[in-house]
Amino acid sequence: MSTPPGVSDYRRGEQGIELSPPLAQLTGRGDDGREELLTINFGPHHPATHGVLRLLVRLEGEIVRELKPIIGYVHTGIEKTAEDKSYWKVIPVVERMDYLSYYFNAMAYCGAVETLAQVEVPPRAQYLRVIHLELNRIASHLIWLGTSILDLGATSIFLYCLRERELVLDLFEMSSGQRMHTRYFQVGGVIEDIPTGFAKKLREFIDVMPKRADEYGAILNANEIVLQRLRGTCPLDAERALALGVTGPLLRAAGNPWDLRKAAPYSSYDHFDFKIPVGTVGDNYDRYACRLAEIYESVKIIEQALEGLPEGPHITSDRKVALPPRHELATSMEALIHHFKLVTEGFRVPEGEAYYPIESPRGELGCFVRSDGSAKPARVHMRDPSFVNLQALSPMVEGSYIADMIATVAMLDPILGGIDR
Amino acid sequence: MPDATGLELIGKELGAAVLDKSFFRERATLDVDPAAIRAVLEHLRGKGFEFLASVHGVDYYPHEPRLGVIYELLDMRSVDRITVRARVPTDAAELDSVTPDGEHGAGWPTANHQEREVYDMFGVVFRGHPDPRRILMPEDYEGHPQRRDFPVGGEPVLFTRDEAQWLERRE
Repeated sequence: MSTPPGVSDYRRGEQGIELSPPLAQLTGRGDDGREELLTINFGPHHPATHGVLRLLVRLEGEIVRELKPIIGYVHTGIEKTAEDKSYWKVIPVVERMDYLSYYFNAMAYCGAVETLAQVEVPPRAQYLRVIHLELNRIASHLIWLGTSILDLGATSIFLYCLRERELVLDLFEMSSGQRMHTRYFQVGGVIEDIPTGFAKKLREFIDVMPKRADEYGAILNANEIVLQRLRGTCPLDAERALALGVTGPLLRAAGNPWDLRKAAPYSSYDHFDFKIPVGTVGDNYDRYACRLAEIYESVKIIEQALEGLPEGPHITSDRKVALPPRHELATSMEALIHHFKLVTEGFRVPEGEAYYPIESPRGELGCFVRSDGSAKPARVHMRDPSFVNLQALSPMVEGSYIADMIATVAMLDPILGGIDR
Repeated sequence: MPDATGLELIGKELGAAVLDKSFFRERATLDVDPAAIRAVLEHLRGKGFEFLASVHGVDYYPHEPRLGVIYELLDMRSVDRITVRARVPTDAAELDSVTPDGEHGAGWPTANHQEREVYDMFGVVFRGHPDPRRILMPEDYEGHPQRRDFPVGGEPVLFTRDEAQWLERRE
């Protein structure tokens, strides 16, 4: 087939979308011919899609009859880039996948490499990881809460949420020097111990956060508009959710208490006492309530991790994978050699494959790493929960109002950086 | 994870469909005949591994058969994971899709996006997939970028100039 100059197959495919198919085609109702469905394009640049998500929606009046998500607008080839970098230099690029939960991306990747290289992570590093992971979960949930309630028309809660998120980012800045994409987790532990004053500031946060979360609850749980928009809208039962691979708060909202922190504890999560909030029917209200309740549980975990923070090294003493302490470089020839080897070539990882799943704020985040024995990974693949959960959007919203679709996209909490990678 | 003995037992039940078994770093992997992939997953579903957690594509270049599709299965009741791997050569990169319902019973709708991603990145065609299109790369993209012999860089950057001009320059 010859292509007229200037018109690509893609462009012709776009022009071939039938904009007003007869109603009977999809619903089996209507007098074929006169009544028709309206196809509208929603996004990719739309403030309510939480990123560059494009939805092709077929509407019958105000009711969504068919929905197709179209993704790939922020695909940046991070997985390909990772294959060209030595193991420890991959951490900053994978952190940029799901840009609201960077600690989780780093944790999944480091965990997979540690499994392959059989690196022991010291207890203090595990606890520090838990503290930062849970802080990150709170920060991610705060952005979710702020933006999704913003989609429902309330502005003030967004400002409150960002105010609290600022406290978390200040803590990240204290421990790592960066507010986002901190590169704090390293293979074998964390890059630096927490500085003096961090614990005090963290305690202040632990004190203030539950009170602030109470305030959010007081504002939202008594708000008639929010309740009417969330209660009973777009439910998805647990069985269907499991078939679609949905995990995380969306699955827990449907009443299935699956949480990898409890089910298959990693990084010492079994040392802490916390509860898994679950919903009952899996509608938008349950999704909202589950995430809001998770903020309290995360605070509880941080508190216990800070109280029980063990003494000891913050990174493995295996010099083959972790940089030697700075002061050793001046006195020890071996340290200098190890430092040089790590910075130039990196470390080699035995041949093999590993899959390391963790519970991110959005569900099961699994990192698959294949090593071919060299100093660079042969394949890095993230099973991103947003990517898989997005498939549940269409079963959730079909047959409901377009306004509920906006609320459901918000409650789905998709992060397009994680979806497109 | 099923331990090494458990893996042997599962392998024995599946018979000729299993080409190889490996147990590495507490992770049990079954290498299976690509033609039997649906039957194997269905059998494992009967053993409790009901949740298909992830589908990855891998390029084993320079080893043959080059392309691998890896299915991570999860048993939520006994919190157990097993990995199923099917390998296909690049010149016959075809596998049965596990997304739709088929003769072996219900499908795994969760594989829809993930199989599309494997097709997009590695060029493995999934027979019977309900929506066999690219997912992350543009629809008119040529090549499968995650293959190991696909070069990094050197390709025109899309959307940086007028599309018509770009097509002219390419021809």
